[in-house]
Amino acid sequence: MNAITSLVNATPVLAIERVAKRFTMHHQHGAVLQVFDRVDLQVDAGECVVLDGPSGMGKSTLLKLIYANYRASSGDIWVKQLDGQRVNLSTADPRALVALRRHTIGYVSQFLRVIPRVSTLDVVAEPLAEDAGGNLAAREDAREKAGQWLARLRIPERLWSLPPATFSGGEQQRVNIARSLIKPRPLLLLDEPTASLDAANTRTVIQLILEARSNGAAVLGIFHDPAVADAVATRRVPVAAFRAVSPDQLASPHQPTQGVLA
Amino acid sequence: MSVHPSPLLRVRGVSKRFGQLLAVQEASFDLWPGEVLAIVGESGSGKTTLLNALAARLQPDGGEVHFLGRDGQLQNVHTMSQAQQRLLARTDWGFVTQHAADGLRMDVSAGANVCERLMGLGQRHYGELRSQAQAWLRRVEIDPIRIDDAPRTFSGGMRQRLQIARNLVTQPRLVFMDEPTSGLDVSVQARLLDLLRQLTREMQLAVVIVTHDLAVARLLAHRMVVMQGGRVVETGLTDQVLDDPQHPYTQLLVSSVLQP
Repeated sequence: MNAITSLVNATPVLAIERVAKRFTMHHQHGAVLQVFDRVDLQVDAGECVVLDGPSGMGKSTLLKLIYANYRASSGDIWVKQLDGQRVNLSTADPRALVALRRHTIGYVSQFLRVIPRVSTLDVVAEPLAEDAGGNLAAREDAREKAGQWLARLRIPERLWSLPPATFSGGEQQRVNIARSLIKPRPLLLLDEPTASLDAANTRTVIQLILEARSNGAAVLGIFHDPAVADAVATRRVPVAAFRAVSPDQLASPHQPTQGVLA
Repeated sequence: MSVHPSPLLRVRGVSKRFGQLLAVQEASFDLWPGEVLAIVGESGSGKTTLLNALAARLQPDGGEVHFLGRDGQLQNVHTMSQAQQRLLARTDWGFVTQHAADGLRMDVSAGANVCERLMGLGQRHYGELRSQAQAWLRRVEIDPIRIDDAPRTFSGGMRQRLQIARNLVTQPRLVFMDEPTSGLDVSVQARLLDLLRQLTREMQLAVVIVTHDLAVARLLAHRMVVMQGGRVVETGLTDQVLDDPQHPYTQLLVSSVLQP
């Protein structure tokens, strides 16, 4: 089945093959936390795959593996770049990973990592400003686009010149979304992007995800709110399928706790 | 995106011994244009020795360091003539020391500090030198009104920013930094870090920065090298090394700080 679809369609944007992930904690008597035994997953352009499962099952861990924030213990993670070339995250050198993050993989993390003293407008514009380099007109254009994104996500203009450090959780999350989506990338990873948003902003984010999808992005996301998941998903995948143990064994003390995987 | 076929700095098997002590053991890595690499580890792990060996301030006992010259050729920095080394050190390279007093001339004016490298390259036009000095002081957030004051009269943070201006005035392609933010209080540190971050991006500088502060590495560096007892025990993307450390020593280092 898989072989046939890959012949018919182009190669998937994301192809995870036989990925295992365990954490070895050398200072906890070498304790080993096995999070995934085998992940096989493909995401095509225009798809939105929603990861399902209770907290502590490793949903965020899977996104972090695809962002190369965590390193797979074994297996391959193939990502297709805009030029059609496929890169394996498990063997790529750091320079290739930096380039992938810049041009190919967008990631909305749960929390905004704040850069001191940089204005909200510049925080959001940064992915485009980086590409602009010394081109001043392109830099100005990047800031203008950043303003449009902030306006769409209802961040009042009087806040744009301030660093987002002192913003509320929901405001920071919207800044994070704007920063991650301002530059269209072929693969989009979303870790609870609507967790602290009100109804109006949640609707906006749903709309943004649908737009990204129809523009051909491959989306992989985690949503705590089932209504949001239903609105954006083209396919649901339970992460429990990637573990050898059955869910009812999860209560045993050898299994990872929520805190470890958060 | 421009394609660079060769790294800016190619480090292979660099070792340095002090008597019985093996200070650096077989360090190897490539640094590409525009990349910021942090070398972290506790005191005595050999990180400053490695930095000095990379910057040709120290002759290693083994291994080679090659730098990509403007002519596109890789040159061995330890076998070139001293005159060539000096030229590199005041044009294409910068070196920012932990103690600004080691990197500045404390008794000559701030302007003269900034312009020294330019004058070394033969610039003599007083008006031009002065306006460049003013522009650089502004860029590192020092009021140009202080141009004729000696750094002795400057605060710690200002001295460090002046040292950075002094190094960057010749538009170097590679800057070595040895604990540039240590010894400054927290708010001054944040300002300096932000300035460094901005300048490295704007100027597309390649940087090798030695620090024991993981938060500094997180903010500035694309990649990290972790050293313990003279050995490189782990390398990778900065956030990879900090969020998913593999080596026991890195795990200890990461778990020992409150919020890296």
